[in-house]
Amino acid sequence: MENRPLEYDYTVAKWFMLTTVVLGIVGMLIGVILAWEMAFPAVNTIAGSGLAEYTNFSRLRPLHTDAVIFGFTLSGIFATWYYIGQRVLKVSMAESKFLMFLGKLHFTLYLLVVVAVVGSLLLGITTSKEYAEFEWPIDIAVVLVWVIWGMGLFGLIGIRREKSLYISIWYYIATFLGIAMLYLFNNMEIPTYFASGGIGAWYHSVSMYSGTNDALVQWWYGHNAVAFGFTVPIVAMIYYFLPKESGQAVYSYKLSLLAFWGLMFVYLWAGGHHLLFSTVPDWMQTMGSVFSVVLILPSWGSAINMLLTMKGEWQQVAASPLIKFMILASTFYMFSTLEGPIQAIKSVNALAHFTDWIVGHVHDGTLGWVGFMIMAALFHMAPRVFKREIYSKSLMGTQFWIQTLGVVLYFTSMWIAGITQGMMWRAHDEFGNLAYSFIDTVAVLHPYFTIRAVGGTLYLVGMLLFAYNMYKTMTSSRRVEESELQNASPMGA
Amino acid sequence: MDIATFQAYGYFFFTAFLVVVLYAYIYHLYSSQKKGTRDYEKYGNIALHDDITDQPIEEISKNDEIKK
Repeated sequence: MENRPLEYDYTVAKWFMLTTVVLGIVGMLIGVILAWEMAFPAVNTIAGSGLAEYTNFSRLRPLHTDAVIFGFTLSGIFATWYYIGQRVLKVSMAESKFLMFLGKLHFTLYLLVVVAVVGSLLLGITTSKEYAEFEWPIDIAVVLVWVIWGMGLFGLIGIRREKSLYISIWYYIATFLGIAMLYLFNNMEIPTYFASGGIGAWYHSVSMYSGTNDALVQWWYGHNAVAFGFTVPIVAMIYYFLPKESGQAVYSYKLSLLAFWGLMFVYLWAGGHHLLFSTVPDWMQTMGSVFSVVLILPSWGSAINMLLTMKGEWQQVAASPLIKFMILASTFYMFSTLEGPIQAIKSVNALAHFTDWIVGHVHDGTLGWVGFMIMAALFHMAPRVFKREIYSKSLMGTQFWIQTLGVVLYFTSMWIAGITQGMMWRAHDEFGNLAYSFIDTVAVLHPYFTIRAVGGTLYLVGMLLFAYNMYKTMTSSRRVEESELQNASPMGA
Repeated sequence: MDIATFQAYGYFFFTAFLVVVLYAYIYHLYSSQKKGTRDYEKYGNIALHDDITDQPIEEISKNDEIKK
């Protein structure tokens, strides 16, 4: 045993890869059910009226968002951290029993929190704050999980061999710090049972903020959860996986540093765009708009850097479905970081606010950018952690095209639906009477809701293909040698 | 001056200050690369040469020894 050469230890990474796939399927399945419920309301009671409490839109909606954000995405972030972290710091988890213990504890507690979240949300126990629905006992557990991850993260950095922190590590550190700050402040809450001397349920709480302040803190959190959950860690992934898979170093390392600080500087101020035309002070709304537009620069800085990394190597995009996933992810990142600022312009927002266009924007970002990048990351990791080639290249290609079609159907239908909705809501006659009632818009939107449901279903089908491909890779693919794992991932036909 | 006006001025000048810092950072990155003080682009290789047996781009212990 003593003479065995040192190797990276991917135990914890593997566990998180598993939860990424499982929770991804769960979250996306619920999303698809919700989409069909929107198109055909009868689906709300599909399991019978006795179970309608558990299958209706309002009960399932937070379960969908939280499963894809805190289940699929967060698992993906942790899985890639436990993979990339060791490699770019050139230190193995096996070198520290304590870090290994922290990693395993991190995963175990994370899994317990997932169970608590799913259970409580299904039972309808919620604080009713969007993306922050968990009640205070779960919040405390979440903080614990986060602190343990942080200890592991900084612990690994502390024993590294590589002096300079690769750009991805900067992004993981920012994810840790950003989410810690946001989560703590937005979830400041008072347990009512203890504050009132025994009234109500023990787990119930109310926010420490109220009215406009509550809205402001909530959207400072909500928008930056997108920043530090859907942007920063996913950029960390692409900065590692695209260069590694293509064998090309980042086009400009200086630009990556610059885009990092630009993103950190600008993102935190943009959340006000969620509260345009509300009771929030006007200057704050303007600030939200302006910073959202400025945000195009650092976002595109990273995305263009990724596309330029492929300079002279574009044949790889045609040849490798894995590179295709990453290039499309990067393109969708550019696309949604242009779309978001456009929606944040006050005059555009007057039309877009509360419409399906916003839902479309979120999904071209999450399905096209976050989803594609996380799946690409897992595809790249699989041969290295399981020492087997990716089971099927053609299945991967099929998945890519099915999902791309799904995303395109999703966002185009939501664009049309959203703009139609916005136009109908504001239409009026010469006396100022509204031209349409709400139900008129619902009737008009029905075809687009159906197209959206089809698009979502296609994406879910792709996710199932992904899960099958990963399962076969893990269990029955051809074994590979270390020498085959340098850059492009080995794939079976 | 009431507190709101003070906040607004404070906010404006702080933002302007951070913009200057960001631009100074850009200047620093590109000028130190040009002068040869530091080659930032070599750090891109950290991702490419990341086997545990690979030589680190900048070894942590070596640098510490130089400092001594």
